[in-house]
Amino acid sequence: MLVKVDTSRLKETRWHEFAVRFLLGGLITAFAGIMGHKYGASVGGLFLAFPAIFPASATLIDKHEKEKKERAGLNGHGRARQLVSVDAAGTAMGSIGLFVFALVIHETIRDHNTWLVIGGATVVWLGVSVLIWYVRKRM
Amino acid sequence: MKLILIRFMIGGISVSTFALLGDLFKPKSFAGLFGAAPSVALATLALSVMAEGRDNAATQSTSMMLSCVALFCYSSCVSWTMMHRPMRTIWATIVFLPVWIAVGFGLWSILLK
Repeated sequence: MLVKVDTSRLKETRWHEFAVRFLLGGLITAFAGIMGHKYGASVGGLFLAFPAIFPASATLIDKHEKEKKERAGLNGHGRARQLVSVDAAGTAMGSIGLFVFALVIHETIRDHNTWLVIGGATVVWLGVSVLIWYVRKRM
Repeated sequence: MKLILIRFMIGGISVSTFALLGDLFKPKSFAGLFGAAPSVALATLALSVMAEGRDNAATQSTSMMLSCVALFCYSSCVSWTMMHRPMRTIWATIVFLPVWIAVGFGLWSILLK
């Protein structure tokens, strides 16, 4: 299957679900900063790849799929679990891209423009993640 | 306190934006890539460089590589469990958080402490 953009998912998401993600994202970022300040940058850095909103996002996928199936008069438990599993597999692939992101930052941040390095590393994360996803899909 | 609030706001915006992007894409395996987006890292590293210098950001990124391994293990465990066991999503995503902690801090204590 080709990658498609599906805006209908946005209509399914309620404002409080967006708020939960904002809150969790803000909290983990603030927490990473506090840990870094209190125990040093080495400990703080560990929280940069913490699955902060993964439980919330996975629960949303599960909830939306069940609601969709129930509207069609079906039991969506099995399908919802499958979707969460596939989403988590995507996150595992993305984590390899995230590793390369951190490696690029580590190797280049001392000697180059900060915004260029962070922007470039983000592009590398996306490129590596999509490449792994594509290769896995073709296998 | 002011810096914590700034971190909170930037982190919230960054994480929500990547989560929104993840919602937009199909199939789910592709959308899942955004679950490992550098959302927290973008906010934290940029602020770290400004407030504490480049060496601080470089040190954080070293630890981040180890926590990426932890994230890989965590999400793989969730994926396998959801496919093969009749566990509720909320429990599966929470019950494996100790895997992230054990792998992340375990590698950190072996390699960086």
